[in-house]
Amino acid sequence: MLNKNIYLILIISIVFAISFWIGFNVNLLPAEASINAPIYDELFKILFIIGLIIFIGMTIAVIYSLFKFRKRNDQIGDGIALEGNLSLEIVWTIIPSIIVLLIGLYSYNIYDRMGGMKELNHNHEMMSSNPEKIWAGISQTSDNEIAINNLSIEVSAMQFAFLFNYPKGNFISGELHVPVDQKVSMKMESKDVIHAFWVPEFRIKQDIIPGQPTILNFTPTKVGKYPIICAELCGPYHGGMRASIIVEEESDYNEWFNKNKKTEVNL
Amino acid sequence: MTISIDSQKTNNESLQPKGWLRYFSFSLDHKVIGIQYLVCGFLFYLIGGTLASAIRIELASPMSDFMPRDVYNQVLTLHGTIMIFLWIVPVVNGAFGNYLIPFYVGARDMAFPRLNAVAFWLIPPSGLMLVASYFVEGAAQAGWTAYPPLSITTPQSGQIIWILSVLLLGGSSIFGGINFIATIIKLRRPGLKLMQLPMYCWAMLGTSILVVLSTPVLAGTLILLSFDIIAKTGFFNPVLGGNVVVYQHLFWFYSHPAVYIMVLPAFGLVSEILPVHARKPLFGYTTMVFSIMGIVVLGLVVWAHHMFTSGTPPWMRLFFTIATAFIAVPTGIKFFNWVATLWGGRISINSAMLFSCGFIINFVFGGITGVALAQVPFDIHVHDTYFVVAHFHYIVYGGTVFIIFSSIYHWFPKVTGKMLNEKLGILHFIITFIGFNLCFAPQHWLGLNGMPRRVAEYDPQFQFVNQISSLGALLMAISTIPFLINVFLSVRNGKDSGDNPWNALTPEWLTSSPPPVENWEGEAPLVEEPYGYGNQFYEQK
Repeated sequence: MLNKNIYLILIISIVFAISFWIGFNVNLLPAEASINAPIYDELFKILFIIGLIIFIGMTIAVIYSLFKFRKRNDQIGDGIALEGNLSLEIVWTIIPSIIVLLIGLYSYNIYDRMGGMKELNHNHEMMSSNPEKIWAGISQTSDNEIAINNLSIEVSAMQFAFLFNYPKGNFISGELHVPVDQKVSMKMESKDVIHAFWVPEFRIKQDIIPGQPTILNFTPTKVGKYPIICAELCGPYHGGMRASIIVEEESDYNEWFNKNKKTEVNL
Repeated sequence: MTISIDSQKTNNESLQPKGWLRYFSFSLDHKVIGIQYLVCGFLFYLIGGTLASAIRIELASPMSDFMPRDVYNQVLTLHGTIMIFLWIVPVVNGAFGNYLIPFYVGARDMAFPRLNAVAFWLIPPSGLMLVASYFVEGAAQAGWTAYPPLSITTPQSGQIIWILSVLLLGGSSIFGGINFIATIIKLRRPGLKLMQLPMYCWAMLGTSILVVLSTPVLAGTLILLSFDIIAKTGFFNPVLGGNVVVYQHLFWFYSHPAVYIMVLPAFGLVSEILPVHARKPLFGYTTMVFSIMGIVVLGLVVWAHHMFTSGTPPWMRLFFTIATAFIAVPTGIKFFNWVATLWGGRISINSAMLFSCGFIINFVFGGITGVALAQVPFDIHVHDTYFVVAHFHYIVYGGTVFIIFSSIYHWFPKVTGKMLNEKLGILHFIITFIGFNLCFAPQHWLGLNGMPRRVAEYDPQFQFVNQISSLGALLMAISTIPFLINVFLSVRNGKDSGDNPWNALTPEWLTSSPPPVENWEGEAPLVEEPYGYGNQFYEQK
C-alpha cells in the first residue's frame, strides 16, 4: 500500500513538473505590444499550466487503465463490483469547484487590471454633442486619468474597411497612427453590418456594431506596425478586411499628425 | 399506464412493409425510425464532410483561390448548419434515443409513434431544401449563427430557405423532445423506478427538457428575422431602429443549450458502453444523475459567454463567466466517474472501447479550453478566431462524433444480428483519432496568433500550420472508407453475433438480435440493476 502511494505521488509530481516546464517554456502567443498583453499572458500561462496538469493526468489515467486492466486471453469473469465511492466523489466535486472558483476570482482580477470593470460613459461625453448610450468595451482609463493628451479617435467600419477619424486634427486616415505609451480611446461604430476590431499583439477585441457605439481603450507599449483584423463575419471579403496600426515615437506621431491636420477653415 | 396500451397497439404489423423497404416507409416502429434517423444523418454527415474538405482545400493556401469568396461563405454556413441540425442533433438524440429508450423503459414503442414518424420525416425534406438553396440564388452566407444585419443584407432566397429549413428541423427536434419526456416518465414498465433507469434515459430526459425549453426561442427569433427580411420590419435591423445584440441574446439562448443537446446524449451513451466493455458497474450512478441535471440547469444560464465582445455590460460578463466555469464541475464529475469505471475493470480493447476512450481524452481537452474561453479577459483575445473553431470541434467531433462511432460499433450487433469487423474498426479509430487531432490541435495556435475564423484568406506565415490541419482533414475523410467498407461487408457477410455478444445487462440485450417488432416476445423484463457487473454476476451464474 505504501509502495502504491509512493508511485502515485511520484507520477503526480512528474505531471506537475512537465506541465510547469511546458507552461513556462512554450510560448504560444504573439508579441506583447500593449499594457493588456503581459496581463493577458499571465492569465494564459496559469490556465495553460492548470489545463496541462488536468489533461496529462486524465490521459495517463485512461491509457494506464487500458493497459493495466485490459482483459487477458486466459481471464474469464468481470472486474470488481465497485459501484461508487462517496468520499472519493465528494473529493472530486469539491476540488474542481475550488479550482474553478479560484480561476474565476483570478480572471476577475485580471479583467479589472485590464480596465474591464471601469465605467465608460463619462469619458466620451465630450465627443458627442448629444449624450448617447455607449455600449461597454474595454477601458484602461481610470476616473482621474482622463488626461488631456488622451487620444480620442472615432473608428467607423464598413464592408470592407476601417476608417479612423481624428477629430482634433479634423482628418480621416485609413491607417491608425498612435504614439507609444499613451492611452488611446476609440469610439467605434459600424456603417453596415457587425465588424470587430482585433489587434492580436494587443490582446484586445471589440465588436463594432451598427447603431450602437462601442468603446475600446488601450495603451500601446512597443513601436511597430501591427495588423488590425476584422474578426466578425461581415461578407465575402471578410478575410481581406484588414488595416494597420502604426505605433510610433511621439515625435514621429506629431509630425504625421501635423502633416495631415486640416484647419477649420477648410471645412 | 392507459396511454401505453393504446399507443402500443398502433403498430399494426400487417400494414407495415417488410425487409429493407420498411426503412423508406412511414413506419411507426421506433427501431425503424431510429435507423432512419441514423442513416439519414450519416448521409448528411458525408455532405457536411465534403463541405468541410472544401474549406480545408481553400485554406491549404493563403490566397482565396479554390472557390469564389461568396461561395466559401455559403460552404461554411451549410457545413455548420448541416453538421449540427442534420447530423449530430438528429443522430445522437433521434437515432439512438428512438432505438434505445423504449427498451430501457420496458415499453413496446415510444409514447407517440405517429408524432415520432412525423418528426423524422420532417428531416429529409428540410435537409434537401437547405442543400438545394445553393442552386437558387446561392445558399445562406451569414454563417450558421445568421447574425443580422449581415443575414438581412445578403441574398434573400438563400437566407429565407435556411430559416425555413432550421424551423422545420427545430420542430422535428421539439416533437422528439416531447416524445422522449412522455416515454421516459409515463411508459416505464410497472415496477421500474426512475433511479433504476440506464443513464442514457437520464441524459435524454435532461436533453429533452433543454430542447423543449430552448428550441421555441430559436424558432421565435428566426420568425422575427424572416419578418425583417421579407416584410422589412425592424426587429433586428439597425437602419429601422432595431437592435442587433438582442438577436444574439435570443439566438444563443437556444444555441448554447444546443451544445448540451449535442453532448448530453453522448454522455449517456458512453455511460452505457463503458460498463459493458470494462465489465464493471457504472461508477457513481447517483452523482451522474445529479450532474446531468446540474448541467441542464446551468446550461440555460450561460449563453452570453458567446457575446463577451458584443458590447455587454461588465456585470453581465462576470455573471456568465462564473456560471460557465461552474459547468466544468458536473462535467468533470462525469469524466472522473468514467475513468473510475475503467479502473479495476476487465477491459476488452475493441473499437467501441477505443472510440469511447478517444472521446474522454478529446473531450477533456475541449473542456479545458472551454473553461479558459469562459474567462472574459481570455475570451476577448481569442473570440471569433480559430481557437474557438478548434475548441468546439474538440467538443462536437472529438466528443460527440467519437461517441456516435463508438455506439455504432456497440449496437450494430443488436440492430443487425451481425458483428462488425474489429480489425477494420480499430483501423478506423486510429486514422480518425490521428486525423482529428492533426486537424484541430494546430488550430488553437492559429487562433492565438491572429487568424480569425470564417476567412477564405490569411497571412502567409500561417500557411504551414494550415497545411498540417488540412492534412488532418484528409485523414479524417479517408477514415470513413474503412468504416463504410466494414458496415457494408458486415451487413451482408458479418459473423453472427447471437443475441447478446457483449454479455450486457441493459434491457435491449435481453431480447433477440435483431429484436422482434414489439421488442419482446413476452412481457418486458424488469431490469433493476442495469449495471450489475462484477464478480458476483458470474458467481451467480
